[in-house]
Amino acid sequence: MSDKIKNIDGITKESTEALIEETLAAYPEKGRKKRAPHLGANDQGSGSACVKSNKKTVPGVMSARGCAYAGAKGVVWGPIGDMVHVSHGPVGCGWYSWGTRRNLVSGINGVTQFAMQFTSDFQEKDIVYGGDKKLKTLLEEAKGLFPLAKGISVLSECPVGLIGDDINSVAKASAKELDLPIIPCNCEGFRGVSQSLGHHISNDTIRDYIIETREFAEPSSPYDIALIGDYNIGGDVWAAKSLLEEIGLNVKATWTGDGELEKIAATHQVKLNLIHCYRSMNYMCKVMEEKYGIPWLEFNFFGPTKIRQSLRAIAERFDDTIKENVERVIAKYDPIMQAIIDEYKPRLDGKKVMLLVGGLRPRHTIGAYEDLGMECVGSGYEFAHTDDYDRTAPEMPNATVVYDDPSEYEFEKFAHALKPDLIGSGIKEKYVFQKMGIPFRQMHSWDYSGPYHAYQGFEIFARDVDMAVNSPTWKLVKAPF
Amino acid sequence: MRQIAIYGKGGIGKSTTTQNTVAGLASIGKKVMIVGCDPKADSTRLILHAKAQNTVMDLVRELGTVEDLELEEVMKVGYGDVKCVESGGPEPGVGCAGRGVITAINFLEENGAYTPDLDFVFYDVLGDVVCGGFAMPIREGKAEEIYIVTSGEMMAMYAANNISKGILKYASSGKVRLGGLICNSRNTDREDELIEALARKLGTQMIYFVPRDNQVQRAELRRMTVIEYSPEHKQAQEYRALAQKINDNKMLVVPTPLEMEELEELLMEFGIMEVEDETIVGKAEGEA
Repeated sequence: MSDKIKNIDGITKESTEALIEETLAAYPEKGRKKRAPHLGANDQGSGSACVKSNKKTVPGVMSARGCAYAGAKGVVWGPIGDMVHVSHGPVGCGWYSWGTRRNLVSGINGVTQFAMQFTSDFQEKDIVYGGDKKLKTLLEEAKGLFPLAKGISVLSECPVGLIGDDINSVAKASAKELDLPIIPCNCEGFRGVSQSLGHHISNDTIRDYIIETREFAEPSSPYDIALIGDYNIGGDVWAAKSLLEEIGLNVKATWTGDGELEKIAATHQVKLNLIHCYRSMNYMCKVMEEKYGIPWLEFNFFGPTKIRQSLRAIAERFDDTIKENVERVIAKYDPIMQAIIDEYKPRLDGKKVMLLVGGLRPRHTIGAYEDLGMECVGSGYEFAHTDDYDRTAPEMPNATVVYDDPSEYEFEKFAHALKPDLIGSGIKEKYVFQKMGIPFRQMHSWDYSGPYHAYQGFEIFARDVDMAVNSPTWKLVKAPF
Repeated sequence: MRQIAIYGKGGIGKSTTTQNTVAGLASIGKKVMIVGCDPKADSTRLILHAKAQNTVMDLVRELGTVEDLELEEVMKVGYGDVKCVESGGPEPGVGCAGRGVITAINFLEENGAYTPDLDFVFYDVLGDVVCGGFAMPIREGKAEEIYIVTSGEMMAMYAANNISKGILKYASSGKVRLGGLICNSRNTDREDELIEALARKLGTQMIYFVPRDNQVQRAELRRMTVIEYSPEHKQAQEYRALAQKINDNKMLVVPTPLEMEELEELLMEFGIMEVEDETIVGKAEGEA
């Protein structure tokens, strides 16, 4: 193991712990006590989490977290392209989650290449008298307006849970009446500590209402797999899927990026589930493993090093045909990747990056930065759990700072001390750091770029990182403070 | 303007007592508004001679939004120029009746229903304070004076004590005070003494003992208060006296609710509750 420990000049366990101590010193005692276990120095050799996670955000701290509804609508359901997704409640939740996550859908331009969105636009009267009748009418209208929709999801916003509307019985009755799958998801925003519970609730809903309700039309083959936990941000699914097909696998379903309801419903027939975002969809992988005996495998398609490792790990699950294909594909892409590295690495070598994203990328993308010669000096998640931090430890250089659900203050303080050349985080952080004169990439939506997955994505990733870090703009910008 | 909320156990006679008292106040020249805070919307029928008034929430449902509603559409004037509004709300089991009360009262405030010429505003509130919505009438800036309608029956007294707990909560953060217990007699034994004793323990008074009289029901058959139906009847006199008492009342207190044991002791003292025999608890009929 010891040869795998990566150290960074100037960063030691002591220096990181001193930085954490100094950061915490600004808090009142109660806040300090609560925040302390969420900040830690990575112990790369341990392979286990150095912070506490998945706890309620400390009051008064500006958190980047979302809610259970956001996790359900934005992550799991929103990307399914052939469904109508109903944001059931007041209009705001539906409006601000309308097509904002860049999960692309293939189809006929203007006809089928976008997921369909509805909101029940609750008014006072719907709160007082209940919204069940309105929902019933809405479902009829949705079917009439979108005859191509294969199903409808009903996603509860907070008030629906507060007034006790029974969306499950409305969905059941309407599904029968309209002869259409109607899936009620009780993902009220106030449930849980972050969007993470919304992922879990949605997985459970897929388990209860969708899986095993359809069968694939074509005969099965030993190479049938499903791509799980890829949401097709900027076309990620397309890049990953074509690579998996290139090594000879049949990608029967994609969850849920560019997803189709009927294919998701038939996924119990595949031979292997390949999971990209563990945090948001491990639940259904485990269900399919227990119920249908389908094994699952985590993989990482960020950067050529991780892609190579992942392709070989995938090949291990199949016969020699696939193994040979994998070696052939790696041999084909290695020189192309090397050319990209040769172009960008000289300009990025030794640059430092700090990350704060949702529940996967802060560990998954580290390899891609390292392929470009960069070092990750700090990483953390909005809503990860202990098993995510366990998986983070071996990826992060030793003794670097790990932060769980950090406040803006903590994040800024760490950036001041560590002086990264790039920060990868969300839209709420973007302008804070750019105004500090630090290059930034919005790593939830790939900053309106992408795909970043697979070989196809690495070229774009390298270009975007170079563009951010080496933009001449930064020479002209001087922060006024 | 004095704002008064009437609480009490469901079915105890809050609406009847409120409307007769309001009629009494109107008969001595007071300007009064009644705001019914119960989805059943039966707080104003005796004043308006109406089966059911158009409620705020019913019209909101019809029009789509609160913003489209006009005050005249929901405020009716009845006996003695008493202004009447019903908040309305859903049938049991759906939606949120509490939010209906909040919406309705906010609407009345925003649309100038509380005119300076009013001497009294009465809120007639659903039996149990089940959620924040039904406490709306006693929130900051609204009713500061509460009367609890009760009787000598055990559950009515339990409810009165529970309501006092609610008042205590709001009293500590605001100006709401308990004005007294109104005993709406059910002809139980030593009822007046019992309610007086309860009132003492709660730190308040029994402001009036309303005797039971079928004249009230006779008047209700014609959807009228006793005061309007038979102004000379002795029961009309009783309600006028209650109205005068409330008009003159200066005793506004922060209640001292009883612990359950204390309340049960009181009930046992008056023979309403039997002394518990712990040895037979949980045993079926044949066993003990």
